[in-house]
Amino acid sequence: MFEHIKISIRITIVLLVITCGLYPLAVWGIGQAFFHDKANGSLITRKGKVIGSEIIGQNFAGERFFHPRPSGAGTDGYDATASGGTNFGPTSKKLLDAITDRTTKYTDTKPAGGIPADAVTASCSGVDPHISPENAASQTARVARANGLPPAQVDNMIRSRTEHRFLGVYGEPRVNVLLLNLDIQDATTKK
Amino acid sequence: MTTLELLKIVIYFLLILAVTKPLGLYMKRVFSKEKTFLDPLLRPVERLVYRVSGVDETKEHDWKQYTIAMLVFSAVGLLLTYLIERIQHLLPLNPDKMGAVAPDLAWNTAVSFTTNTNWQAYSGESTMSHFTQMVGLTFHNFVSAAVGIALAIALIRGIARVSAKTIGNFWVDLTRCTLWVLLPICLAAATLLLSQGVIQNFHPSAEATTVEGKVQKIPQGPIASQEAIKELGTNGGGFFNANSGFPYENPTPSSNLLEMFLIFSLGAGLCYTLGSMTGKLRHGWAVFWAMSILFLAGAFITTYAEQHGNPMHQRLGVATADGNMEGKEVRFGIGDSALFATITTDASCGAVNAWHDSFTPIGGSVPLINMMLGEVIFGGVGAGMYGMILFIVLAVFIAGLMVGRTPEYLGKKIEAHDVKLAMLAVLILAFSVLVGSAVAAATAAGTSSTLNAGPHGLSEMTYAFASATGNNGSAFAGLNANTKFYNIALALSMFVGRFLMIIPLMGIAGSLAAKKKLADTAGTFPVDGPLFTFLLVAMVLIVGALTYFPVLSLGPYVEHFLMNAGKVF
Repeated sequence: MFEHIKISIRITIVLLVITCGLYPLAVWGIGQAFFHDKANGSLITRKGKVIGSEIIGQNFAGERFFHPRPSGAGTDGYDATASGGTNFGPTSKKLLDAITDRTTKYTDTKPAGGIPADAVTASCSGVDPHISPENAASQTARVARANGLPPAQVDNMIRSRTEHRFLGVYGEPRVNVLLLNLDIQDATTKK
Repeated sequence: MTTLELLKIVIYFLLILAVTKPLGLYMKRVFSKEKTFLDPLLRPVERLVYRVSGVDETKEHDWKQYTIAMLVFSAVGLLLTYLIERIQHLLPLNPDKMGAVAPDLAWNTAVSFTTNTNWQAYSGESTMSHFTQMVGLTFHNFVSAAVGIALAIALIRGIARVSAKTIGNFWVDLTRCTLWVLLPICLAAATLLLSQGVIQNFHPSAEATTVEGKVQKIPQGPIASQEAIKELGTNGGGFFNANSGFPYENPTPSSNLLEMFLIFSLGAGLCYTLGSMTGKLRHGWAVFWAMSILFLAGAFITTYAEQHGNPMHQRLGVATADGNMEGKEVRFGIGDSALFATITTDASCGAVNAWHDSFTPIGGSVPLINMMLGEVIFGGVGAGMYGMILFIVLAVFIAGLMVGRTPEYLGKKIEAHDVKLAMLAVLILAFSVLVGSAVAAATAAGTSSTLNAGPHGLSEMTYAFASATGNNGSAFAGLNANTKFYNIALALSMFVGRFLMIIPLMGIAGSLAAKKKLADTAGTFPVDGPLFTFLLVAMVLIVGALTYFPVLSLGPYVEHFLMNAGKVF
């Protein structure tokens, strides 16, 4: 028994050094050397200031921008320090009320295939960086009007920001909201 | 279900099938101390580990010594993690100035990581320092996985050896598993994850001023290293509350595929190891196919249910083709989320890329049932294999009863003593799940934590105890589990689910090792054909259904009909 305790303590220390010291440091080294921007958070800088991360969603409420999905992260949504969803179950009244409320926006402009589900539901992380191409398309008219851009140009921006399935099978087509909105911003400031 | 969704499941399964033999053979060589290509690099490290720790690698343990060594080692790690959490504010690598973790939560978390559960009653990004994540938690991600595999290997040795007293050396199995199996695969996987955008740094949270002028704090940390072992070791504990749904943990569909692949790979490989070490390859494959049938059935059902969506929402005009997107990420959609949910609960991983609590009743019942069946569908690394061997013992016992002969398993007579031990392990798990959720459902301390009302509330509580007992760690996360009641009750369930199952199991290992080997006769029930696979699948389903059907009817099944009838709570 004492023998076991003695070995346990010693082997714990040795394995700690290997698995929690050397291993993460090696991964850190690989990351900093070969994937520097990604390993440091894919942060986007404009005029010397960090404005967000390419792969972390942020909120947009203004008329001139594409809106991301509803978010359950933090009280105001898109709080990356309190990631999470609503956890409402399928028979939740709160969920039904929230979806009813969000779908009323579409009474005049109902898309042909139905309201995109991602536009009226909260994500897993609460910082989902993407929306579906259908969701983006349903916002084209508004964004084009608010920015004074031709709708065709906005549609083109969506198309060039659309990411596709991995190997044509895994994942779903999607549009990165932050990158798309930066395109919109660039197009309007150049004018 | 669309063709594309079918393809997602089938291609994933083919990938697992392709690595089963190479990985299984490699593990057999590692644990039989045969030559491997990594020996020149790792043998010196291994010898150093033994020299520093005072391990005699030539000595072998009997089942009792093996079990005691494992228990003592786990206790030391448990206390260490508890201590680190309690004093993390005094330790380095705490750039966001996290305070000490409260005692009940620290205890729950220490038990959780020691038992390979990774149940998380906290949000990682706002509770744990980088030091705690790296040292207190990642350490267990490695060693609890290595312990699981070591135990499975010891049990397989018990089956394979004839008239033997010993079943291997715990310290050697632990060390070789960590060095030869876990570390090299993790290093490769972490590199691939980095290439997809998983982060690995020691910075404090980044402060961003968003395009619309608000402040967004974005936590940073050493995630890629933790992410790889989190999946490979079927641990599942995320750096972030949203786990593999958070883009820094799982940024793309290809990182998602890699994570799903890591979860099943070692569990599948161990099927081949079982066949190879016992000299009955066809038996190993028969077990593999039993697991595969159960996996494929679950994956199809979950995908179908999630794709079908929620009729109440569809009546409001939500596109029927989109399925149930509440709690899911756009980049994963229905198919990759449903598949991940099935895999993570088949194995006792518990990582999530979508909220199971927001799944449709039937879609959410599959993860719950997977855990109730004992996580024997590839299962937790090692734990899935030794869990399945319990069912094999019961299956050959039932087959023996049917033909009226003493049951045998690979030449070993299965006697009353062995069957009693196997039944004991199965009953302990059921007891912990059912009594735990019954107590929760009957007390204010239990019910006051539920987020959703109606049958879904019962599902939340049952899921918590199934997850803790099965050492899974995923949750119907609406349940507020960071209360004294749940922290203590679930810690107890995790403890029972891990250690009280292992002890009878190691008893079986010792008893089988000591037995003589009988020659196969015409009356021996073959354990290597489709008939055996079918019997094993039936055994798992019958034991699960008999035990859990009542609680499933009161939870997800009744909720399914209520949802279709348009009833909300």
